[in-house]
Amino acid sequence: MRKPGEFYQRDRDWHPPALTPTYKTSVARSPQYALISLEQTASEITGPVFGHNDIDPLDCDLLRNYAKTGESPIGERIILHGRVLDENARPVPNTLVEIWQANAGGRYRHKKDTYLAPVDPNFGGCGRTMTDENGYYFFRTVKPGAYPWRNGVNDWRPAHIHLSVFGTAFSQRLITQCYFEGDPLIARCPIVKTIPDPVARAQLVAALDMNATIPLDTIAYKFDIVLRGRRSTLFENRLEGN
Amino acid sequence: MVQPLKYLKETPSQTAGPYVHIGLAPGAAGFGIYEQELGWDIAGPNAKGERIRVEGVVVDGTGSPIKDVMLETWQANSAGVYAHPEQAVEVEEGFRGWGRVITDFETGEWAFDTIKPGQVEGRNGQMMAPHINLWIVARGINVGLNTRIYFEDEEEANGIDPVINLIEWERRRETLIAKRDARDGQIVYRFDIKLQGDNETVFFDI
Repeated sequence: MRKPGEFYQRDRDWHPPALTPTYKTSVARSPQYALISLEQTASEITGPVFGHNDIDPLDCDLLRNYAKTGESPIGERIILHGRVLDENARPVPNTLVEIWQANAGGRYRHKKDTYLAPVDPNFGGCGRTMTDENGYYFFRTVKPGAYPWRNGVNDWRPAHIHLSVFGTAFSQRLITQCYFEGDPLIARCPIVKTIPDPVARAQLVAALDMNATIPLDTIAYKFDIVLRGRRSTLFENRLEGN
Repeated sequence: MVQPLKYLKETPSQTAGPYVHIGLAPGAAGFGIYEQELGWDIAGPNAKGERIRVEGVVVDGTGSPIKDVMLETWQANSAGVYAHPEQAVEVEEGFRGWGRVITDFETGEWAFDTIKPGQVEGRNGQMMAPHINLWIVARGINVGLNTRIYFEDEEEANGIDPVINLIEWERRRETLIAKRDARDGQIVYRFDIKLQGDNETVFFDI
């Protein structure tokens, strides 16, 4: 009998390693011992379930979810959209996607951010949504600006949006960052470069998607997210016995 | 030549960064935006079992507390059942079993209230000791770290837990055992996490 079983092992040569010294904070925050490999149990192949009553339909619209009535944030109006798939290219429906970002000037609405660029009174910078039955999601927002950070003396993050995705299991949990096609800061960023493989880095760059733009209104970028795939348990018990 | 396998590759992880609260706990970032934030109520009011608090700090390789961590918790109810459609049994109304916890910006202390989970069946029918699964992200952590919280007063179950016993180095097993205490009539488990160095917490590749 086929039933859903374990998730494919994470390819940890594809993901960034823990210790990436040019991203300085990783030096003291990376474990030195090897990870202990765990064969999955119910603790790993289950995960939290969310419903549409957990969130408000407006939560995915960052042009409106913090703006005063009749006003909107300043910046390049964009749609960020795509699908959440697994490694078998199957859609991941009804899963929670959360995002956060700086405003058009690169300033975060966070009490710890002291960058001199001003906050935008009509922009919060966070959103969340559930994927539909085909794994599709979208947000409406402004394109974030680059911002400086204390790593190297003159390091600047490329424009980016942080994304958090759940999938159906705790072992699929993922946080990543989406960058924008053509940004010359991507190739210079120590956080981007924590990922060793350039093909893997390219997977984090959203493509300009003219087919999804709304003429005279909002430009669009497409960003698909791939979560770990899942195999079927072909044999419930080992043929030779446990 | 061989046939191409054509699997997609998982989207690579990136650090959650220092402003993770904006997206995942905006109240802590300093602004109210959502009607309800997710993850603060793990067990709900109807959950059976012993009410407990779990608390600790996360320290880096220099021994300093980390003040911009987010932890997520995932646990079964007191009967050992996860709130997930693939589980054969229903859980109590309002029990989600998932929590989202951030550290205090000044002290680095974190805490959450829940119920003590029951035993869950592991592989090959072996029972696992009660545990809470933990996922840790922060600035400087490139891929979220997975670990488990076990309980000091479950000595017998811990002794035969298949995951604890997978850890070859006996001294390292202790890093997963939360210490039990009582404060103002409440049961409190202390679980400090050491990311690096002496007594480094065991992290799993799940």
